[in-house]
Amino acid sequence: MIFEEFSPSEDKMLKIIDNEGNVIRPDLFPDISDDTIIKAYKAMLFERVADEMAVSYQRQGRMFTYPPNKGQEAIHIAAGNVIRENDWLVPAFREVGLMLAKGVTMKEIFLYYNGNEQGSNFKNAPRVLPINVPIGTQLPHAVGIGYSIKYRKENDIVFTYIGDGGTSEGDFSEALNFAGVWQVPVVFTIQNNQYAISVPVSTQTNSINLAVKSVAFGIPGIKVDGNDFFAMYLVYQKASEHARSGKGPVLIEALTYRCGAHTTSDDPSRYRTKEEEVKWELSDPMLRLKKFMERKGIWKEDEEKLREQYKKEVDKQFLEAENFTPYPLEDVFDYMYVEMPDDLKRQKEEYQQFLDWKGGRK
Amino acid sequence: MTIVQAINNALDIKLADDNSVVVYGEDVGVVGGVFRVTEGLQKKYGIERVFDSPLAESAIVGTGVGMALSGLRPVVEMQFDGFSYPAFNQIISNVSRMHNRSRGRFRIPMVIRFPYGGGINAIEHHSESPEALYSHIPGLKVVAPSTPHDAKGLLISAIESEDPVIFMEPKRIYRAIKQEVSTEKFTIPIGKAKVLNEGTDVTVVAFGAMIRECQRAMVMAKEAGISVELIDLRTIYPIDKETIANSIKKTGRLVVVAEAQRSFSVGSELIAIANEEAFLHLEAPPKRVMGFDTIIPLAQGEKYFMITPDRIFYEIVKTVKF
Repeated sequence: MIFEEFSPSEDKMLKIIDNEGNVIRPDLFPDISDDTIIKAYKAMLFERVADEMAVSYQRQGRMFTYPPNKGQEAIHIAAGNVIRENDWLVPAFREVGLMLAKGVTMKEIFLYYNGNEQGSNFKNAPRVLPINVPIGTQLPHAVGIGYSIKYRKENDIVFTYIGDGGTSEGDFSEALNFAGVWQVPVVFTIQNNQYAISVPVSTQTNSINLAVKSVAFGIPGIKVDGNDFFAMYLVYQKASEHARSGKGPVLIEALTYRCGAHTTSDDPSRYRTKEEEVKWELSDPMLRLKKFMERKGIWKEDEEKLREQYKKEVDKQFLEAENFTPYPLEDVFDYMYVEMPDDLKRQKEEYQQFLDWKGGRK
Repeated sequence: MTIVQAINNALDIKLADDNSVVVYGEDVGVVGGVFRVTEGLQKKYGIERVFDSPLAESAIVGTGVGMALSGLRPVVEMQFDGFSYPAFNQIISNVSRMHNRSRGRFRIPMVIRFPYGGGINAIEHHSESPEALYSHIPGLKVVAPSTPHDAKGLLISAIESEDPVIFMEPKRIYRAIKQEVSTEKFTIPIGKAKVLNEGTDVTVVAFGAMIRECQRAMVMAKEAGISVELIDLRTIYPIDKETIANSIKKTGRLVVVAEAQRSFSVGSELIAIANEEAFLHLEAPPKRVMGFDTIIPLAQGEKYFMITPDRIFYEIVKTVKF
């Protein structure tokens, strides 16, 4: 069992392929078809293209602040391959590929980062919660959903996400503790991308790794090479089996690197070195998976052509978001309550009177 | 100086003249804060006095309580208004109470700084104006400057205060206003409002980033023949009742401008002051030009929520013509 072999207390890490795409643990290689591998690579490529374009739209002044996902795709796409339609996803804000796998669209993501709450109203992803900005506060929600599933004796599980910085928040520990006590079907993933904005993991914790925090809460925990698609795929298979079979929660630390900035407002050159970035580029999850596929002779696609095709698709969705119905005044008020208080109705009317006055002056 | 530079300068001065002052929070050390307010201070004063903490607002404030009651003067940063809420429990349960709880045995001379307010196209939780929440807590002082000069003088006073101070920085005008500010040490007393413009027809009270909007509305009012007395609160609590009441007694009219939700707000408090201190002088119902009682919308909807000069002018006219 991988949770025993890769004990976080001994700082062991699950890794299946190396940076050159060689399988270093054939005994652990997951049961996965070539077709699934190729599709996964394409999904990673789509996520990367979409992400690069999001940054570029922001730079063009066509979108507001955006947090790039580049370099963390293996985690998202591996989870996307394992998560089921009825499973829940409780995201933080750097899981675009997984949200897409659950049915969220880039149009919705663009709409959100373009400053419209309708971008959180996922039309085809009823079991995906909105992006969660206050760090760590989403984890207790995942535990509550887990309780609800257990209470109704359902077979679904919950995937939830947090960053390395988030593990310092009280809500992280509180959620894991509750999850352990209640034995709920929740798969927690820490995307350890090395930085909380500018602050390195070494400033966040004196623990030898982040997965080891599971020990105190009495739940299985495992550190995984988050840039290794097969390791992530295997760990999600095992963790979801564990949770789905009623054995309770699992904590996964996925070791990765945020290749981009924290958000488009951030400048990483102020707090990390070029050398460090170059070192991590060698373990880029897409590079590794592609090398694997090339060695196996299963990659025959024209990547540039795919890129162009994805760019067109992303741009189409961006334009749909950009040309979305202008934000009506009603949207400020209408979703505040299920039953709107009379005073709010009055506030809306008063504002409309102001708008009429303003219109009359022009 | 900009407001960012003025706050940096105030911290610099206090770090230099009092070695019990420490500055910490998320990203405040190496990069000098996400708005660069603390830029250069770690280099100058070392990692023991200016440092990055783990990401945990509650513990940032909670450790500040421990430091403050044992002889240090922590100046902690909450990265954004909306991220001060994880620390709310420490603030309402301990920061504000330790002095009273210990019958004066312990003092909490700490400052909790954070950028506040909307109008910057930010994502959720980055545009809040929580002054009413903090002003409602007994035991705290709440300060919100509108100019570089005031930001510097008030922050130095806040750091020197023996009581805990919530220091709200108007992020929208962090760099929008430049002003000559002395690099020498000076203080501005907490609890004193400032009459920015003397007038006779209506008293307009605001603070922080709304002052600039009021000044623009004042120009429109002047063109319409209305004389505005503009007051910058500068400190929300303790509120300067005297300055406000004297002005209302003179003009007979009150318009409060703030970006926060209007109900149970600073605007509500100012109207109470008008009623209690200047009731017989009122010639029109006092008016709050404030946010709706809704969540502040994301960027596309902010245009409805944020108070604009023409909206202030509209309400000034209505109040004067009442």
